[in-house]
Amino acid sequence: MSELHELHDYRDVAPGDEEEVRVGPRLLGYVVGLGLAIVLTITSFFVAGTDLVWQPSIPVALVVLAMAQMGVHLVFFLHITTGADNTNNVLALAFGLLIVFLVIGGSLWIMSNLNHNMMPMDQIMQMQR
Amino acid sequence: MLGKLSWAAIPFDQPIPLLTGAVVLVAILAVLAWVIIAGHLPYLWREWITSVDHKRIGVMYTLLAMVMLLRGFADAILMRAQQAVAFHSQGFLPPEHYNQIFSAHGTIMIFFVAMPFVIGLMNLVVPLQLGVRDVAFPTLNSVGFWLTATGALLVNISLVVGEFARTGWLPYPPLSELTYSPGVGVDYYAWSLEISGVGTLVAGINLVTTVLKLRTRGMSYLRMPMFCWTTLASNLLIVAAFPILTATLAMLILDRYFGFHFFTNEAGGNIMMFMNLIWAWGHPEVYILVLPAFGIFSEVVSTFSGKPLFGYRSMVLATMAIFIISFMVWLHHFFTMGAGPDVNAIFGIASMIIAVPTGVKIYNWLFTMYGGRIRFTTPMLWSIGFMVTFILGGLTGVLVAVPPADFLLHNSLFLVAHFHNVIIGGVVFGAFAGYTYWFPKAFGFRLHEGLGKAAFWFWLVGFYVAFMPLYAVGFLGMTRRMQHYDVAEWRPWLMVAGGGAVLILIGIIFQIMQLVTSIRDRAELRDSTGDPWDGRSLEWATASPPPVFNFAVMPDVRGEDAYWAMKVQAQQQALEGREPDYRDIEMPRNSPTGFVCAFFATIMGFALIWHIWWMVAAGGIGAFATFVAFAWRDHDEYVIPAAEVARIDRANLEQRRAALSLAGGT
Repeated sequence: MSELHELHDYRDVAPGDEEEVRVGPRLLGYVVGLGLAIVLTITSFFVAGTDLVWQPSIPVALVVLAMAQMGVHLVFFLHITTGADNTNNVLALAFGLLIVFLVIGGSLWIMSNLNHNMMPMDQIMQMQR
Repeated sequence: MLGKLSWAAIPFDQPIPLLTGAVVLVAILAVLAWVIIAGHLPYLWREWITSVDHKRIGVMYTLLAMVMLLRGFADAILMRAQQAVAFHSQGFLPPEHYNQIFSAHGTIMIFFVAMPFVIGLMNLVVPLQLGVRDVAFPTLNSVGFWLTATGALLVNISLVVGEFARTGWLPYPPLSELTYSPGVGVDYYAWSLEISGVGTLVAGINLVTTVLKLRTRGMSYLRMPMFCWTTLASNLLIVAAFPILTATLAMLILDRYFGFHFFTNEAGGNIMMFMNLIWAWGHPEVYILVLPAFGIFSEVVSTFSGKPLFGYRSMVLATMAIFIISFMVWLHHFFTMGAGPDVNAIFGIASMIIAVPTGVKIYNWLFTMYGGRIRFTTPMLWSIGFMVTFILGGLTGVLVAVPPADFLLHNSLFLVAHFHNVIIGGVVFGAFAGYTYWFPKAFGFRLHEGLGKAAFWFWLVGFYVAFMPLYAVGFLGMTRRMQHYDVAEWRPWLMVAGGGAVLILIGIIFQIMQLVTSIRDRAELRDSTGDPWDGRSLEWATASPPPVFNFAVMPDVRGEDAYWAMKVQAQQQALEGREPDYRDIEMPRNSPTGFVCAFFATIMGFALIWHIWWMVAAGGIGAFATFVAFAWRDHDEYVIPAAEVARIDRANLEQRRAALSLAGGT
């Protein structure tokens, strides 16, 4: 449907569809991404297995590193940017995150509440004792 | 060799399903024989079965929905008849059969009537309204339809081979676990929904992509007709919610087939998790169905009031608000399961809040009608019937959204009356409005108005007579899904409800008569203008039925109500003025991929239900091979030369001019 392609304005590009033709800058982007991802991975393993960091903060540190890792993947490999050509992708990501947050967060909340309220009778007796 | 399948699977001792099955089988064989003997098979194969044209696929979806409506309604009238007679007696349906009937009724009505109906209308109309030539993924569209048909076929096979689930339309564990449902009923349910769920998901992805990426020149988001907006919201919900259904049923299947413990009572399983997950899909599903119906009403009300839609932007906002909030209310389906007051209160309030954007929509429709020159055609009647009925259903919905009230009404017939009130009053009326409204676009002739109006009145009155008594018996304490009962006060109400079902039956008979009569008198009902209702959006700018490429030249949109603007400003120019610059058009080639894939999926689904493992492998390999063959294709498009496009378009314009001068002369 070539006519459609002519019609469509390219403010909105699908992930991976890049208009830039030169290989150099794109390759550089992937290499930087790979480097950052490796550094973040190694740091996670290092933090988990060392006593250089305050012990109780290790889970928090791992969460932060995991989020950074996701950010690196999104920016360098999935090419999610804040540019005007990327609105759909950013919105899709936000929508996905919202739904995941609602369904998983909601489920955890509901289920823990149910488990607490609907505890088998013998366990409730034990708690009261 | 044949797994669990044996002659014992066929219920020789139960006359009702056996007889029904035999009649249906004879009917199918007769139709097949007629098709083959009359030589229609090549035509059907070429023009419909392998078609990747969104209009043809939309029509097939709608046809599937209407056929399955008959099946679902047969179940409904059996249930109403059973409850009308089963006072102090067993009635005529034994419990195990009655349980299958109410399970099949719910499953069929939601998955194989309401879903294909709205998806069919979206498929037919949305590309036309956006001014484009097809959906984003035409072959995938065909695959989606045929997988849905596979699911419907499997459900119907369960009527004569084996049994259907006896668990209700959502198979709650532990009843649906192997211990309590050792038969193949739940397996029929699970596999048919797994397969048709894939079909629905690809349809959703397809329509989302179509709305987001394929709009004609100038069709910005805020110029899209309302139906395109509700399609976008509904299909985004499909993409987000249907994977939850698939995953939940997959877990149930793992429990049943491999002894997992997701939802069992012992070994760390959690029954409540099933309710939680199934409703995390189930509540968005309600809005997947009703949002497109809201879109249809918006188009219909605006067209037949002769006015642009009142508050277009607030309508968009309301749609998107419903779309988000619909994912925040699912707990209201199990208030009584034992969550604490904080959880129940928050979900109760969220459920009430969703009434606000819905109220905005109702007022917008009312204000669209206000001051307009309303034409009371059949689609408009369905819309007005909807507004009255849906407000009532919405109000009872707000009532059961209050947790303390829900504790009294949970699983009573009040609840049954409520959701039929919103689904029939909203989705079904919307589907029928859209069916009457867009039928001339799809086939080039209108449906008979008088019979359509008769059908509407019987449906409307029948609905009230059938379901208002259920509100009353709900208050009298009658629970849902009862095979027999001993309470004398319930009986008169249930007799009346049975009468209502008969009225609806008459409505359905009128609809069948309407279709038959309209096809017979199609010459008189012919629409040569392409715009029988004086419409406002782009689907009316092309011929009825539209040529395969929809638009000879892609329309240029300059504002909301695109076709109305064209008619007002440039009609004379377009019809009498210069010729547009016709070019070659590339269209996707037909492909049997969808049909062949679904054929193998049917084999695989049937084999999985009966544990015939070699056949599972055969079906799986066949489906995968079909996919590989499709991926290796060389030619996926064909070219319609500019001369041919010009010829078709000139003929269309000629027809329109003739119709116009006729109208101008009188």
